[in-house]
Amino acid sequence: MIDLRDALTILFVTAGVFFMLIGSIGVIRLPDFFTRSHATSKSDTLGIMLILSGFAFYEGLTTTGLKLIVIIIFIALSNPVGSHALARAAYFYGIKPWFKGEPRTHEEVE
Amino acid sequence: METFFIFVTIGLTIIIVIPFYRVLRGPTVFDRLLGAGAIGTKTLVIICLIGFLFDRLDMFIDIALVYAILSFIGTIITAKYFETEKAKE
Repeated sequence: MIDLRDALTILFVTAGVFFMLIGSIGVIRLPDFFTRSHATSKSDTLGIMLILSGFAFYEGLTTTGLKLIVIIIFIALSNPVGSHALARAAYFYGIKPWFKGEPRTHEEVE
Repeated sequence: METFFIFVTIGLTIIIVIPFYRVLRGPTVFDRLLGAGAIGTKTLVIICLIGFLFDRLDMFIDIALVYAILSFIGTIITAKYFETEKAKE
């Protein structure tokens, strides 16, 4: 007999691993840096928040569970800030965004 | 639940290989940094899972917290570095 705590953990962790897989596929499939950044930043943030929420459900209301919630809040604040800083640095460095119909950047360079 | 955590660890280890391809072959340096950031996010989850498997999550959770802070600081510092690098030229 599986109880509610284990069921919630399995549900949240499986959903998080799914979103991380989608984000990783986007990193290798999309054409230029800005689209890749868009793929990995949002889906990775959602995936790690779902997985750590599942761990917090499994751990319960202890000191470790509260530390997990602190990590979730920190990731929710820091991951979009980091990816925004990286995209801004790339734009000012002079990387041109990709438009429809142009060749893919990584096929053009290699 | 032990078996479930082992399977999730194996799955995440396989998922890490996919951004590593971008780190190896990315055309610009920003693609490599992006792949490194994606690998760091997944490594944080794997550290927590190792804590579950060893039954010492109270110790590994502090390592995961420090890893999150270091990864964030690394991304910010490298982004600032390349921004000023271009401005100098």
